[in-house]
Amino acid sequence: MADKPTTVKITIDGQELEVPPGTLVIRAAEQLGTIVPRFCDHRLLAPLGACRQCLVEVAGQRKPLTACTTTVTDGMEVKTQVTSEVARAGQEGNLELLLINHPLDCPMCDKGGECPLQDQTLAHGPGETRFVETKRHYQKPIKISETVLLDRERCVLCARCTRFSSEIAGDPFIELFERGALEQVAIYEDEPYESHYSGNVVQICPVGALTSPSYRFQARPFDLSSADGVCNHCAAGCNLRIDARRGMVTRQLARDNDDVNEAWNCDRGRYGFAYAQSPNRVLIPHLSEDGKLRTASWSEALRRAADGIRAAKGKGVGVLVGGHLTDQDAYALQKLARVALGTNNVDARSWSEDEEGAAAAASVAGRGPEDGMPTYRDLEAARAVVVVDLDPHEESPILWLRLRKAAMRRGVPVVAVGSRPGRLAEFATVVATRPGGQAEALGRLGRGDGDAGKLLTEGDGEVIVLAGWRGGATGGLAAAARLAAALGGRFAWVPRRAGDRGALDAGARPGLLPGGRPVGDAAARGELAEAWGAELPDGPGLDGPAMVAAAAAGELGVLVLAGVDLHRDHGPRELAAQALERAFVIAVDHEVNDTTSQADVLLPGVVHAETEGTFTDWEGRVQATHRAVPVGGAAQEIWDLAAQLAARLGTDLGFAGPGLAAAELERFRKRPPGAAAVPEPAPPAVPEPAPPAVPEPAPPVHGAPTGRVAAGEDGGESLSTPPSSGAGEPENDGLELVTYPLLLDAASMLARAADLNRETPGAFVELHPDDAGRLGLADGASAEVDFGEERTARLPVRVAPTVAPGCAFVPANQPDLALGALLGPSPALRVKVTAVEEAAA
Amino acid sequence: MMPSEILKGLSVTFRSMFRKRNTVQYPEEKRPTSPRFHGRHQLNRYPDGLERCIGCELCAYACPADAIYVQGADNTPEARYSVGERYAAIYQINYNRCIFCGLCIEACPTRALTMTNEYELSSPTRQGLVYDKPDLLAAVPAGAKPPPHTDATDGPPAIARYGPQASVSQESVEPVWALLREQESRQADRELPADEGVAK
Ligand code: SF4
Ligand code: SF4
Ligand code: SF4
Ligand code: SF4
Ligand code: FES
Repeated sequence: MADKPTTVKITIDGQELEVPPGTLVIRAAEQLGTIVPRFCDHRLLAPLGACRQCLVEVAGQRKPLTACTTTVTDGMEVKTQVTSEVARAGQEGNLELLLINHPLDCPMCDKGGECPLQDQTLAHGPGETRFVETKRHYQKPIKISETVLLDRERCVLCARCTRFSSEIAGDPFIELFERGALEQVAIYEDEPYESHYSGNVVQICPVGALTSPSYRFQARPFDLSSADGVCNHCAAGCNLRIDARRGMVTRQLARDNDDVNEAWNCDRGRYGFAYAQSPNRVLIPHLSEDGKLRTASWSEALRRAADGIRAAKGKGVGVLVGGHLTDQDAYALQKLARVALGTNNVDARSWSEDEEGAAAAASVAGRGPEDGMPTYRDLEAARAVVVVDLDPHEESPILWLRLRKAAMRRGVPVVAVGSRPGRLAEFATVVATRPGGQAEALGRLGRGDGDAGKLLTEGDGEVIVLAGWRGGATGGLAAAARLAAALGGRFAWVPRRAGDRGALDAGARPGLLPGGRPVGDAAARGELAEAWGAELPDGPGLDGPAMVAAAAAGELGVLVLAGVDLHRDHGPRELAAQALERAFVIAVDHEVNDTTSQADVLLPGVVHAETEGTFTDWEGRVQATHRAVPVGGAAQEIWDLAAQLAARLGTDLGFAGPGLAAAELERFRKRPPGAAAVPEPAPPAVPEPAPPAVPEPAPPVHGAPTGRVAAGEDGGESLSTPPSSGAGEPENDGLELVTYPLLLDAASMLARAADLNRETPGAFVELHPDDAGRLGLADGASAEVDFGEERTARLPVRVAPTVAPGCAFVPANQPDLALGALLGPSPALRVKVTAVEEAAA
Repeated sequence: MMPSEILKGLSVTFRSMFRKRNTVQYPEEKRPTSPRFHGRHQLNRYPDGLERCIGCELCAYACPADAIYVQGADNTPEARYSVGERYAAIYQINYNRCIFCGLCIEACPTRALTMTNEYELSSPTRQGLVYDKPDLLAAVPAGAKPPPHTDATDGPPAIARYGPQASVSQESVEPVWALLREQESRQADRELPADEGVAK
């Protein structure tokens, strides 16, 4: 340590500077405010030196060097274009060369006005062209995916896009082909460029060679008004720049935040904004009259809602909080339930959770990075990361990127436990388990069994355990918290939806008040009762699924649905329909759908780009999102609606002005000091395998329920007996259903995102090769999936080793099959998959 | 005051009485403007009827009065309005705002936007002063077909038909081009999907 210098001295344009060794000259110059022109250089991509634009003069070197690939050495003397004629001439010459084959169709190029090539030519290029010959022409544009168009004429061959694809996202589908004047970016012959991250290459392309169809010819930079937003599509918490023109969002870009999304986001977050203009958008209040909705004024609608509540309140009221609301909305809704409606029936979950799982999730409530929650950065420094019941590539894409970075660049071992780790399998050690087997598998890991266990128990540093929301039903969540405790590591709960974590913190749970204070704790209740000036109900509340069931059984008089589509989120369809039928339903939503069209009162709420508020990501980081466009029609903020409804019921929630709900939430969001009130996941810190919380589905068909550990590329290694093949097994007695929504699905927030909708796969059933072989199903075949109770679907088969043996994965919400509406949330089902003979169709 | 001074003053009056009059009876009688008078804008066409405007919004950017609204859109092989990939689906000039400075004309890269000498711009309503694309477009030249054109019947627009001659030394580069074309077609056959958008 001592003999290694921590900084080196260099001189740039005569100014002395101390920087850490290994710094690139281009970065060092930035520190002095000198921007050396560049195309290929990107701070998050490996240096390449492809474009030769960043030439600088270095004393003692015969030729100018590229600043983006040259690291500083002690005593180096660098002269940039500011003081060196050689550097200036080199840069100018390079720009002239780049422009030789550049079409200069700036007037019709989407990049025009924010183009590094334009800007740098103006700043550093020659004033006139000497080129008089014919330029190279290519067909333009070429569609390389639904979300990316390529104009090869404009490409400056900087390889940013190809490096992003291979280094960051690991989708090396886009590549440079040919050489010399013919060199061009292209895609491989029969592999479409399908990536959840393709929008990023559009954003980092330094010219208009890569553009997105959804923004194509929509606006110019000077048309746009921008607001800083936070993505509302998942709990990864990506920072966005929302660009709007004439009151409509035209595009969303990833905004740099090295703590969270670095400079990236996913395509769903980038392109999922057009639903605000959906023809189903509701912009005025509606009332149901004779079974039909009719428009109404705000005062009439609110009065009807209040009357309905008064009339039916005796039977009980339930408040379902959607997963995409801001923290303030969730806070206001739970306060509405507790203060104005006098009930703890408030929940943001659409899935059921065992008690231990709920307690594990509750243990993170009210805690953020400053309270010791693990962060994105911590993942890169961890000894190992365990990911339980989560497919981050589909459910939290930026988390997947960070895990990939941790694994590939920092060598952090990642262990994926669950039934379908998806693309985690590319770099993680997979411990495949059937639903319900997670707890046992995690117990083994905690004891250091197998290679994966050794990764966790040996070495320095801390282990971070990330448990997905689905673990609440499989026992994985509680077991993950136990594992973290046993290893002295840290635990985080990774929900799927952007509002889930904030709703937990805000107290949208039947058993939790804001800040994770248990409802059962009289002191906590007293604290809030005093602040809110109201008696708080102490009886236990119903959770989401229980509320729907109670409403369907006629035991709940009123349902308040705030951004909840009962059919999709709380199916099966018959149950949802019955609940809608029997209860008095007040829906707050931005669209008319199967659920809201059945409401008694439909109140229009704002959409993401119209709201001010905060979202809390899985780390517990609270980030503000700002209004980018004016509120549509007569829509209102949802926290405001809660307050107005309460006022009609004669209760003042105290949210008279903007900011008051936010301020009050900030006061109670944090977990109170003295963690006595915190329910620890029980039993605390038991390294022994606890019995799985969910009763193990009876017959262990293929040996032990815990399957294989496939160690990355190099084959597999057995944790327990691998699924035995054949020998006395019943032929086809069913597989265990694994289901959750994919990133691109039939979500209402992807309405009108035409490019994404075209890219959204239809429903399919995914099987492990062993099972597929046993059932005689090949990839691409067609199969009949029997969910029991006469619910069947005919689906194409995919065969992939990333689904655990003995399991069948069917996505939960694809355009052609809304499984949630068919089966209800998180069903623990055994399904039968049988091949169907394809008639020539 | 001396009478001579009064006469001196009145002499101006008398002289003016016999000067040629400049006043015209305006609505009945009109004077030609100077040739470069800044009047109503016009969106020009190519001789074949295609619009010169490519919807680039540069005129809107240049406008100090924020009087121009352009919304670009895609030409398709089935419906082609202008030469390149882009055309103006919406083009409006708001004469409530325009100050006739002509900066938009200077900004236009295709010479699509010019100004006529027409100065009779008045309307009983504000809305009437917002001129839409049909109000601004030049007449379709005799014998030309009004857009949209289709590439199938009208042929894809070749650069040579519109711009300054594509090349000044076409012959010298022809062998190179033959090679490039050949390689490109191989490339296209091999790995690139069929053209989804617009031919060059
Ligand atoms: S397409 Fe853009 S990012 Fe990719 S190499 Fe060309 S200029 Fe660079
Ligand atoms: S990863 Fe999640 S937060 Fe980020 S852009 Fe995608 S959906 Fe939004
Ligand atoms: S003449 Fe001047 S004010 Fe009028 S539209 Fe053109 S730029 Fe704008
Ligand atoms: S008139 Fe000219 S400057 Fe204006 S949008 Fe059309 S081409 Fe562009
Ligand atoms: S920026 Fe240095 S070579 Fe491209």
